[in-house]
Amino acid sequence: MQHDKKIELVCPAGSLPALKTAIDNGADCVYIGFRDDTNARNFTGLNFSFDNAKEGVRYAHAKGKKVLLALNTYPQADNWQRWTKAIDAAAELGMDAVILADPGLMQYAVKTHPGLRLHLSVQGSATNYEAINFYHEMFGIQRAVVPRVLALAQVEQLMAGTGVEIELFGFGGLCVMVEGRCALSSYATGDSPNTRGVCSPPKAVRWQKTPNGLESRLNGILIDRYGTDENTGYPTLCKGRFDVEGETYYAIEEPTSLNTLELLPELIRMGIAAIKIEGRQRSPAYVEQVTKVWRQAIDSCLRDARAFSVKPAWMTELGKVSEGQQQTLGAYYRPWK
Amino acid sequence: MKLALGPILYYWDRDTVLKFYEEMAGAPVDIIYLGETVCSRRHLLRLQDYLDMAERLAAAGKEVVLSTQTLIESENDLKTLRKLADNRDFRVEANDMGAVRLLANKMPFVAGSTLNIYNPQTLDMLAGMGATRWVIPVEMSHEALVAVLHNSQSKPETEVFAYGRLPLAFSARCFTARHYNLQKDDCQFKCLDYEDGLTLKTREGQPFLNLNGIQTQSALVYNLIGELDTLQSAGIDVVRISPQAHHTGKILQLFHECMEQRLAPAQALSQIGGLMPAASCNGYWYGKPGLDFIRDKQPAA
Repeated sequence: MQHDKKIELVCPAGSLPALKTAIDNGADCVYIGFRDDTNARNFTGLNFSFDNAKEGVRYAHAKGKKVLLALNTYPQADNWQRWTKAIDAAAELGMDAVILADPGLMQYAVKTHPGLRLHLSVQGSATNYEAINFYHEMFGIQRAVVPRVLALAQVEQLMAGTGVEIELFGFGGLCVMVEGRCALSSYATGDSPNTRGVCSPPKAVRWQKTPNGLESRLNGILIDRYGTDENTGYPTLCKGRFDVEGETYYAIEEPTSLNTLELLPELIRMGIAAIKIEGRQRSPAYVEQVTKVWRQAIDSCLRDARAFSVKPAWMTELGKVSEGQQQTLGAYYRPWK
Repeated sequence: MKLALGPILYYWDRDTVLKFYEEMAGAPVDIIYLGETVCSRRHLLRLQDYLDMAERLAAAGKEVVLSTQTLIESENDLKTLRKLADNRDFRVEANDMGAVRLLANKMPFVAGSTLNIYNPQTLDMLAGMGATRWVIPVEMSHEALVAVLHNSQSKPETEVFAYGRLPLAFSARCFTARHYNLQKDDCQFKCLDYEDGLTLKTREGQPFLNLNGIQTQSALVYNLIGELDTLQSAGIDVVRISPQAHHTGKILQLFHECMEQRLAPAQALSQIGGLMPAASCNGYWYGKPGLDFIRDKQPAA
């Protein structure tokens, strides 16, 4: 097992200003997507054109930092070429890696651009080393992003069975379901992360004031209803309040963000290659705040892991940008399950 | 087209399961998938029990396939997986790429629906490793499926989930235990109390999802009994029925009669209504939200 102390901070960018902000505030890598359904944050007004991506790569490389391109949705027979063109563009742009989920696309990348570094996306649903080794043997993937479903001890067990670098989510929106194996969004709206790069898409959202309170609906389905004193949240369908046997509660998950800051010494000890911050759909201000805190925390932990403690100021800063102003260790902390 | 019975997705007690498969041995079904695909804590039947059942069902003339767990997290999960992959008597349905690694180029296998085969390139690659059949992703439409088959070189058998509550999502968290404020590791096997899962409704009473341990299903029942002609013309080889607590035999009978054209789709649809735990949906097949139900069929593409 590796005990290499280096750990990369991988930050999200949905725009060129966000990318520059991330680099300026201490990101080692920035991950981005093109402006279409080839990536899992396919939102209007978000993401990069070819020229923007080119400028982003130039900016990052000039400062010795990396850019990763997410092409992590599943192409279909009638749109296959949009994905292969995106792979070609990644190679032309000199991307430091592409983050892929679809095996067919990995095969294309290996055959067409053998020098292109491949990362297995979280959308590839690899939760055990046999799966990760499969992608490594078949396509030479060099890093895997692991779904947010494993306890930390399970991650360690997984790492013992593979030489592939492991990247973990450290902060941001929390998927409760195994990524790549969730069709809840298409069941409700027709569009899913796998095929359209969206979950609970904005075009399906309606807010309505009613005598019972403010209601959020997704394609007409009531996701939540808020009293006058309650904070509202985006109606991601797994984070609504529902009725199960006459009891109304967050039956799947509360509106909350993942925050693993306190696990940092453990993650570094385990030899995790990189920590990923979620949120390409968020503003440059979010990227700035989160990157700054995580940079400070990682540097402090690398200086002296034993003396490391989570500063209250860091938690306050991160709390401000958390969903529902709540934070959790998620599945890394086993009792969460 | 052949008729298949998917694995039992719920947690039933041992006697119920044994009786269920005794009945299925005489049911008009060609292929039976066996195994625990949802949760490793469900232990009333062990691998040896499944192997024994497999022998009996094979003796009754059924093609038996052993299904792997879908979410494989621990070394124990891998141990079970290896035992399945090492069996030399029955084909295995791989529901995780870890299973594919153990089976590829060693033994023919069925590529399960959670392998996410969305395009002909991925299908042909898995066929090249030994997948003799694939099960389409639950959200795949008729049109998208036809495009995959049209462009595939390898042509393994194609199977479609055609009846049952749709397995939509898998999580590390157990939602049945959560309903009781229990942790997964101390779930007290509450799933045993819900033979068809635990329905989640919106706050205005619309049945939306169905909680089944770590699996989240549709509350509505995906039902393609009215679409068997389009399945046939699309070149589908196998139609999967997912077991439910009651009337599974009768449902298989209706599908069987429809496939033999002894029963008209409209008649079948009206007869099946009284046998279902919830109303029908079929939106995915039409490229719509899965929960939609399209009554007025479009002409086959």
